[in-house]
Amino acid sequence: MSYRGMAWPWGSWESCGRRLGDGPWSNKVAMGQESWVRLGGGPWGSGVAMGHRCGRRSGEEPWGRGLAMGQGQEWNRARPHSFVAGVIHPWRVSAFERLLWRACRGYLVASFVEMPEPMEDPATGETITWVIFLISYWGEQIGQKIRKISDCFHCQVYPYPESEASREETMNGLHSQIQDLSLVLEETEQYLAQVLDKVAVALPTWRVQVQKMKAIYLVLNQCSFDVTQKCLIAEVWCPVRDLTQVQDALRQGSYKSGSSVECFVQRIPTSESPPTLIRTNKFTAGFQSIVDAYGVASYQEVNPAPYAIITFPFIFAIMFGDVGHGLLMFLFALWMVVYENSPSLRQASNETFFEGRYLILLMGAFSIYTGFIYNECFSKATVIFPSAWSVATMANHSSWRWDPQPLCDPLPRSLPGLTPPCSAHSSAYLATHPTLTLDPNVTGVFRGPYPFGIDPIWSLATNHLNFLNSFKMKMSVVLGIVHMGFGVLLGVFNHVHFQQRHRLVLEFLPEMVFLLALFGYLVFLIFYKWITFSAADSLVAPSILIHFIDMFLFTSNAGNLPLYRGQVAVQTVLVVLALASVPVLLLGTPLYLCCRRRGRAPRRCPLSPLSPQHLDFAEIFMHQAIHTIEYCLGCVSNTASYLRLWALSLAHAQLSEVLWTMVMRNGFVGLSYVGGVVLVPVFAAFAVLTVAILLVMEGLSAFLHALRLHWVEFQNKFYVGAGYKLCPFAFAVDTGE
Amino acid sequence: MTAHSFALPIVLFSAFWGLVGVAAPWFVPKGPNRGVIITMLVTTAVCCYLFWLIAILAQANPLFGPQLKNETIWYVRFLWE
Repeated sequence: MSYRGMAWPWGSWESCGRRLGDGPWSNKVAMGQESWVRLGGGPWGSGVAMGHRCGRRSGEEPWGRGLAMGQGQEWNRARPHSFVAGVIHPWRVSAFERLLWRACRGYLVASFVEMPEPMEDPATGETITWVIFLISYWGEQIGQKIRKISDCFHCQVYPYPESEASREETMNGLHSQIQDLSLVLEETEQYLAQVLDKVAVALPTWRVQVQKMKAIYLVLNQCSFDVTQKCLIAEVWCPVRDLTQVQDALRQGSYKSGSSVECFVQRIPTSESPPTLIRTNKFTAGFQSIVDAYGVASYQEVNPAPYAIITFPFIFAIMFGDVGHGLLMFLFALWMVVYENSPSLRQASNETFFEGRYLILLMGAFSIYTGFIYNECFSKATVIFPSAWSVATMANHSSWRWDPQPLCDPLPRSLPGLTPPCSAHSSAYLATHPTLTLDPNVTGVFRGPYPFGIDPIWSLATNHLNFLNSFKMKMSVVLGIVHMGFGVLLGVFNHVHFQQRHRLVLEFLPEMVFLLALFGYLVFLIFYKWITFSAADSLVAPSILIHFIDMFLFTSNAGNLPLYRGQVAVQTVLVVLALASVPVLLLGTPLYLCCRRRGRAPRRCPLSPLSPQHLDFAEIFMHQAIHTIEYCLGCVSNTASYLRLWALSLAHAQLSEVLWTMVMRNGFVGLSYVGGVVLVPVFAAFAVLTVAILLVMEGLSAFLHALRLHWVEFQNKFYVGAGYKLCPFAFAVDTGE
Repeated sequence: MTAHSFALPIVLFSAFWGLVGVAAPWFVPKGPNRGVIITMLVTTAVCCYLFWLIAILAQANPLFGPQLKNETIWYVRFLWE
């Protein structure tokens, strides 16, 4: 069809390329050539490469003119024809071609050329390599069909002027437009960069301002409108002590904002439960937070935090007792406390460690004290006072000579009348006995208790755990019972404050009797045995544990001697007292409350099973039954729970001893200069392991157990902890986001 | 090695912790923290005194003595005493 009329004026093709100039356009021209080649073999068979027009986001730009220029002139003379030029998505090209061919029955010439460089789709924003098409047709109806089809395929159609001159003109116009636009774009970007730089300087301030405004509006949104719709009403909780301050602040605010109407505050009665506000300073805040972590105190309940300031580090120190480790912890916390105002420390350090710096300071200080009592400094004992156990006296005595005669016989030289004393200081005797025990029964061997802490001789003994375990277990039980008794005692504050004096007699008294009759008696037994039983009756010393068990079971053990005369009678009385206090605890308060209620409302109406009084009584009774069971069983289990004080202090002592014997002692093997060099890496390993295992791991472990003892064993004797915190409006909280 | 009296430490330490726990609270200056400081002093005195007391009472009448290795005995016997 159209092939016949074609002549490829190669010259005009090239001249067009030159006219467009080199650079990026020349390869577009080359593309035109390529497309011609393609089309030569294409289904159309025509291979007419006409002018292609590519659409550009900023404007149109005709590039490359093919032979259409020359062609068009001939064409025009032959038949009137028109062009449709546009850009189509590459995926739709084949379908487009097919449809065109089918619809227009070959009365058109279409050529497709791919754009050399991809361009952005204004609609979706992805870069696509568009395909440019130019359709030459004749006939009005075909033109309409083509336009409809290209519309269908979402092609961008551009006007294609008939004459070459106008095409040239359009192209030049588009070029200059592009240049102008790129200039404008550049300028705009420069300006934008300048503006953004200025904004970046002011941005943090703006951000803070916006957050502040947002916070203020959040609070204002919680207010409600007045009847007149002109002012806001807010219902707030305010401490009574601060009411005048609030009024002053409101007055100042109204004055500063220049409004004519003043804000005012007024007390209103309410039945809601108020929030809890406990004022703290930077020292007490850490301790209050560990109490609040379990539960915020109910309104006006007694606060365990002031006591926890000392008892928590103390209980930690019992499990951590070591002078060296305590000193390291103390120095670390001291550093944090001294530099607490420096901003670099605040940013660099861990938030939790920094917030708890006073806590760690006290924990370290108490650990130094308990370390001295346990006589452990990096697992070594210090001899502040000389030891009370005399080895020489023991050696000079006969206890360490089992059979003096047979043993001395082998000695060759024995002058008549002068039997050589065969005692422990002969090397032969020592060589045959790997260990020997000092006997406190021998006079002069034990010379009085060590005045401050555990005697240092025990750190040299192989049976030191026998003594230390007994000591630490009894210590844990005694301290636990004292701690729990103190907790019950704190409940008195609650009873007195909330005007529930009946609970003093009906709850506090039976609780105290139960605790003291059973476990206070145990403490008494421990102290009594320590004071009255000495080495003289060590073989027949009674076992406190068996006595305690027998006390509950009302049995007796023949082999276990009584501690004092009349012990069985005393124990029976105590057990009966304790058992008697249980029903008082169980039924006392409910019956009292029930009687008081009945006393107030004399029998006007018969009490039906569903009357409020009955329901109340059931609830009170249930609550009291739970409390009684919890208390009585809890006394036993919590006392045993305090044995973790013994367990953890034993673990700490053993760990530090292992670290010493297995790591540090190996550095002292060589006594030469080489040994000194070897000591350096050995000490490094010892230091790293001490910090990692003993300070961090054991510290966290002891912290956790001390926390548990406080939260459960101590606080369940008196603490309710069902309140909620007062959250006053503050900018500092919000700007942290 | 040396004799330690039992009464002297008891008296000394009781006096010391009694000073800390009973006498010092009277001298705490008035201020918002007075209550907390008094609580801290009393609690410290009670805890530390009780802990020390348990340690000394546990050793006052030992039922058995330390078991030493023969090397330790030799060393302590000849080099310490």
